[in-house]
Amino acid sequence: MLDPTPGRVPLLRAAAVSKSFPGTKALDAVDFTLGAGEVHALLGENGAGKSTLVKCLTGAYRRDGGEIRLNGTSIDPRDTLHAQRLGIGTVYQEVNLLSNLTIAENLFLGHQPTWLGFVSTRRMNRDARALTAQYGLDIDVTRSLGSYSVAVQQIVAIARAVRLSGKVLILDEPTASLDAHEVDVLFEAIRGLKERGLGIVFISHFLDQVFRISDRITVLRNGRLVGAEDTASLDRLRLVNMMLGRQLEEETRQTGKTGMRYDAEPRLRFTGFGRRGRIAPFDLPIQRGEVVGVAGLLGSGRTETAEVLFGVYPHDSGTATKENRALSLGSTRAAVAAGFGFLPEDRKTDGIIGELSIRENIALALQARIGWARPLSIKRQRIMADDFIRRLDIRTSDAEKPVGQLSGGNQQKVMLARWLATNPEFLILDEPTRGIDVGAHAEIIRLIEELCEDGMSLLVISSELEELVVYSHRVIVVRDRAHVAELVGEDITTETIVNAIARTPVRTSEAAEATI
Amino acid sequence: MNARTLPLLATVLIFIIAYALCYLQFPAILSTRVVGNLLTDNAFLGIVAVGMTFVIISGGIDLSVGSVIAFSGVFIAVMLRDTGLGPWPVFALLLVITTLFGAAMGATIHFLQMPPFIVTLAGMFLARGMAYVLSIDSVPINDETISVLQRLYWLMPGKGRLTLIGGLMLVVVVVGIIVAQRTRFGTNVYALGGGAQTARLMGVPVARTTMQVYAVSGFLAGLSGIVFAIYTSAGYSLATVGVELDAIAAVVIGGTLLTGGSGFVAGTLIGVLIMGLIQTYIIFDGTLSSWWTKIAIGMLLLGFIVLQKALVWAGGRRTEAAAGKG
Repeated sequence: MLDPTPGRVPLLRAAAVSKSFPGTKALDAVDFTLGAGEVHALLGENGAGKSTLVKCLTGAYRRDGGEIRLNGTSIDPRDTLHAQRLGIGTVYQEVNLLSNLTIAENLFLGHQPTWLGFVSTRRMNRDARALTAQYGLDIDVTRSLGSYSVAVQQIVAIARAVRLSGKVLILDEPTASLDAHEVDVLFEAIRGLKERGLGIVFISHFLDQVFRISDRITVLRNGRLVGAEDTASLDRLRLVNMMLGRQLEEETRQTGKTGMRYDAEPRLRFTGFGRRGRIAPFDLPIQRGEVVGVAGLLGSGRTETAEVLFGVYPHDSGTATKENRALSLGSTRAAVAAGFGFLPEDRKTDGIIGELSIRENIALALQARIGWARPLSIKRQRIMADDFIRRLDIRTSDAEKPVGQLSGGNQQKVMLARWLATNPEFLILDEPTRGIDVGAHAEIIRLIEELCEDGMSLLVISSELEELVVYSHRVIVVRDRAHVAELVGEDITTETIVNAIARTPVRTSEAAEATI
Repeated sequence: MNARTLPLLATVLIFIIAYALCYLQFPAILSTRVVGNLLTDNAFLGIVAVGMTFVIISGGIDLSVGSVIAFSGVFIAVMLRDTGLGPWPVFALLLVITTLFGAAMGATIHFLQMPPFIVTLAGMFLARGMAYVLSIDSVPINDETISVLQRLYWLMPGKGRLTLIGGLMLVVVVVGIIVAQRTRFGTNVYALGGGAQTARLMGVPVARTTMQVYAVSGFLAGLSGIVFAIYTSAGYSLATVGVELDAIAAVVIGGTLLTGGSGFVAGTLIGVLIMGLIQTYIIFDGTLSSWWTKIAIGMLLLGFIVLQKALVWAGGRRTEAAAGKG
């Protein structure tokens, strides 16, 4: 591969770094090269391996294979503190500083200037003022960190990381909770560091910001390196393609499912449905036996659409009808009562109860629906569980095994079984194939197709575009928290989806700046 | 207004107002004699409350200190009675024991990931039990040195006596303030209270600091036991029951957040003095039942907890507003 600065040793070079977790290969021989004075964006969807790579670089994880060289010397950071001493500092989205301490204390914690063993507060505060001034901050360093905005806290975190490490700075989603003006302040600080010769790794899912600040872009997908290119030579379309689509093989180009008839009254019709700050109002009719795919980049409003539909965050505008009758939604209870099911993206935190058995996990939603006053007998639960274990091919010794001991794909099937037990009419699946192995992947796709043949309506969110193309009758494209395009039947190809996602949006940051 | 110092200012203000009200009714309460007695009578509580301040700022709690004081008294009395050791070696030995006892509790809390409440509760029973093992009865102390120490005082202007133990408490408070504000250990304690996980990521030696915090509390509980033995000239295993709760009350009234991360040693001294003042007032009045002390302290405590909650709430809203607007 091309070296960004030929003839010179790059500041940081990771070669063929690998990392596996039980059941998944999180990083598969990934190369990454960072030059001095370079802002290098690291992009990829959830589960692409960005954070695993960063954690290998900062010592939070020990890599399984490969080599990391800093200034030409091989390093093997044991933990984040060790990485920091070697010269690699990290700043996370949630500011990892102590809001109860003063700005100066946060900057110098563990390294306070002392005199005869006592902390010299005056000198510490003077140094802190000088340090924050370098970053363009004019603040009272003796006040507690918590009394300042997230942007200031973020810059203080950067100042601390740079002071302690000084060679490589990794910024993990630093702008996620900042407004447009604060982003400008942060970028100004980043440019200053770049001039001082630091290498900066910038992780963000805001493509506008990536194009504004970065010199070079590395894209990961499913734990593999897709490519590394200079930002100037990349356009939005090609970047989104790298992030979402495999290189298309012309011959086997596939399109979405056809044959869905849209002249009948839909089973469900959402009109002007939305919630401020989450997803702009949208219209969404869904037919019996239809699979509607939702495509978009991370943070674009995919999951938000599902959460508002299911009432996790109640809608504040719009109406819903079911077979022409008004439907009152607004809570998950109401959604379940209306025959909805929702398989969330992060099954570990949002759905699966690892300590309970497969049988108990499957019985949960049905039990909730019929009410706790009429408990399902153990016998009926067992019959039901055995039935789903057979139908969904859940690999387990028996139904009493705690779900936490199953592999990711089988956990996903248990979650699916939980909702299928309630016999839903409308099932929402958020990234159903995330983090599961290839075999289970194909089985889940087959299941989705079977369910829709049985007449169930499905809304499936996925960042795997090939997958969406395979099973969707219709694909909704979301961008910047709004539904921006709809593709039907033959029009659905990975290419059309990527085009719709990448179409340069109205510069939202400019619009935001104008209103401030 | 700085949210960090607001609880402390509130405490100081309440103390001044309370003292002024008492003064209006009993002008003698401002005399150095009363002040001297106030310091002497609350010396053991003040010392142990300084240790408790460190523990609470670090986000923990130490329920063992009351029992450790009782154990210390019995230990001193029994050792002086049954062995040939003089008071100074006994004091030194005791301080080593209680410091190690605290450090062991800190180690248990950190390495076994146990809640401080449970570990120090066990420590409370253990120390009280050890006191019973040494002696069930009250053991008088008939040592020449100790009665000399008891009688030592500095005559303040106005004929008030600042006794040795009262003075020792003030010294402990001053040293506590310096350690909390001017050493890396002090900052580490605040950092721990702000969030142990974050503190670890920032390089704070969490294990060492946790052990040190409880060791400091154990040391000061032992010192407080020595002061209490000098004060009462006896060691009794049933003494100082519930003193840990008085210490916690003094710390909270002194403006330290029970959630950890914020507070001042100086505030704790004021907290102890407020509690002592209420007691003194009731003695001056003569008609009130001494239980009114507990009721007044209860009300104050409730008031301060509500104040803290309000401050935390207001702080949260401000940060939110700042994050929203920038």
